[in-house]
Amino acid sequence: MDYNELRHFADSWGLVYLFVIFLAVAVYIFRPGAKQQAIDAAQIPLRDTDERFDSK
Amino acid sequence: MVGAFIMSALAVDDAFRIHMGILTLILGIGVVVAMRLPPPIEGAAHSAGYMDGPVRVGSILTMFWGVIGFTVGLVAALQLAFPELNFGPWLNFGRIRPLHTSAVIFAFGGTALITTSFYVVQRTTRARLFGGDLAWFVFWGYQLFIAMAATGYLLGITQSREYAEPEWYVDIWLTLVWVAYLVVFLGTLLKRKEPHIYVANWFYLAFIVTVALLHVVNNLAVPVSFFGSRSYSLFSGVQDALTQWWYGHNAVGFFLTAGFLGMMYYYLPKQAERPVYSYRLSIIHFWALIFLYIWAGPHHLHYTALPDWAQTLGMVFSIMLWMPSWGGMINGLMTLRGAWDKMRTDPIIRMMVIAVAFYGMSTFEGPVMSIKSVNALSHYTDWTIGHVHSGALGWVGMISFGAIYFMVPRLWGRERLYSLRMVNWHFWLATLGIVVYAAVMWVSGIMQGLMWREYDSQGFLVYSFAETVAAMHPYYVMRAVGGLLYLAGGLVMAFNIAMTIAGRVRTERPMPTPAQLQPAE
Repeated sequence: MDYNELRHFADSWGLVYLFVIFLAVAVYIFRPGAKQQAIDAAQIPLRDTDERFDSK
Repeated sequence: MVGAFIMSALAVDDAFRIHMGILTLILGIGVVVAMRLPPPIEGAAHSAGYMDGPVRVGSILTMFWGVIGFTVGLVAALQLAFPELNFGPWLNFGRIRPLHTSAVIFAFGGTALITTSFYVVQRTTRARLFGGDLAWFVFWGYQLFIAMAATGYLLGITQSREYAEPEWYVDIWLTLVWVAYLVVFLGTLLKRKEPHIYVANWFYLAFIVTVALLHVVNNLAVPVSFFGSRSYSLFSGVQDALTQWWYGHNAVGFFLTAGFLGMMYYYLPKQAERPVYSYRLSIIHFWALIFLYIWAGPHHLHYTALPDWAQTLGMVFSIMLWMPSWGGMINGLMTLRGAWDKMRTDPIIRMMVIAVAFYGMSTFEGPVMSIKSVNALSHYTDWTIGHVHSGALGWVGMISFGAIYFMVPRLWGRERLYSLRMVNWHFWLATLGIVVYAAVMWVSGIMQGLMWREYDSQGFLVYSFAETVAAMHPYYVMRAVGGLLYLAGGLVMAFNIAMTIAGRVRTERPMPTPAQLQPAE
């Protein structure tokens, strides 16, 4: 495989491959039912109870 | 240490001999200090909690390197304005400039990233750092890398690759440290007690993995001698240029952006005491950034020998980067929805918000500058320097300051910072410094670009290069003033942090309290 073949492979199939992964991620996180999971995940830093003291 | 001593004895060039001597000295001091340390405390209680030792030392060293890096930057700015300040050979501009860039990016920024990533990964996985003392190895190993890089520059040891100046032996050491860092971070993620991996850790992990890849490929080189400081890159010509800017731009993308976004996604919600605006937007932000950034490097090589398609590719991907950048900025700013009064009452929040605002501004400016016709004016001028500093001082600096202000009282169990008023002073000094710096560099850069391209009716260039340099003198002086303001802010912070660690609390007029009245508790 020479340079040109590699480059054409990269800017066609390579591009499609990465774009499909990105679309799959987008579909996955916006699927019905993912909203509650996202709301829970966003609370992770705030649920930490091992603080040395309360910031208030 | 003995190895370094032998290397010094066998050195084929003087710079390498001195550098290995310095290494021997540093390692010797390290051994003496390590032997005099009290023995580690035995018992389960000690290992049950989070491992905050490296985070504590890291917070102090971040401040230390910040002040050093800003000072060296000020020296470099003054050298440009007043060339008499070049004290050769060790302290002339050619050596001071990489010292400044590495001190702020790798010493200040890198220490801030390692420190905060250790803090964040433990608290979002609820697990102690993996690997026991390996975390200390990562921490001190990275500091040794910084010391070797910095002393090497002053000795004139450089492989002349932008943001990757250290020579082969320092590069190999950093690779070892970085692999250990990846092991500590991944190990902690694997033993997590929280089922979901919080998005800040994604950004930190992307930063660690990508920097490993960039560092190894960019530094592929063959040493002239195993007892000498010189090496030659495996690449040459335009391939070498592209490799360097693939590295250089992704150092910006994954070191200065992804890593610090990890910081934003933890410390901003923590300080605001409310979750990030949209967690799903943060995931889109992550993947879009990862997929797009890696292609943007060629925009540093517009109108060069690089093939045209590669230049266009770099430009197009840079412009597409607007989407994740602004998605991230909106996500950060909207985290404060319904709590904008904190901007008035909490100077730490204000610092984080201005950081996110500068993230938005400099990532808007960057794609504009990557457009070929704009680049034709901006490239090689001070406009680029101004752009870099609005991102580095505004985004990277301010978000790191915010994180340190957040962590220090907690790490030392203090009720609050020594002084919130001084945080406010720091905020205004730094902001004013950045605004002066960026505005001056815009004017200077655009003037410089226009003077370079000005030609008369005969087709001759109107200005000689020396005339364009002379025209920039007043702007160089003003730029140094901007840098001085930023450094002054850093000094105020260092004092505030030192006093907080010492356990002092300044008696001062409190910051304005929120409008709604709180019931007595």
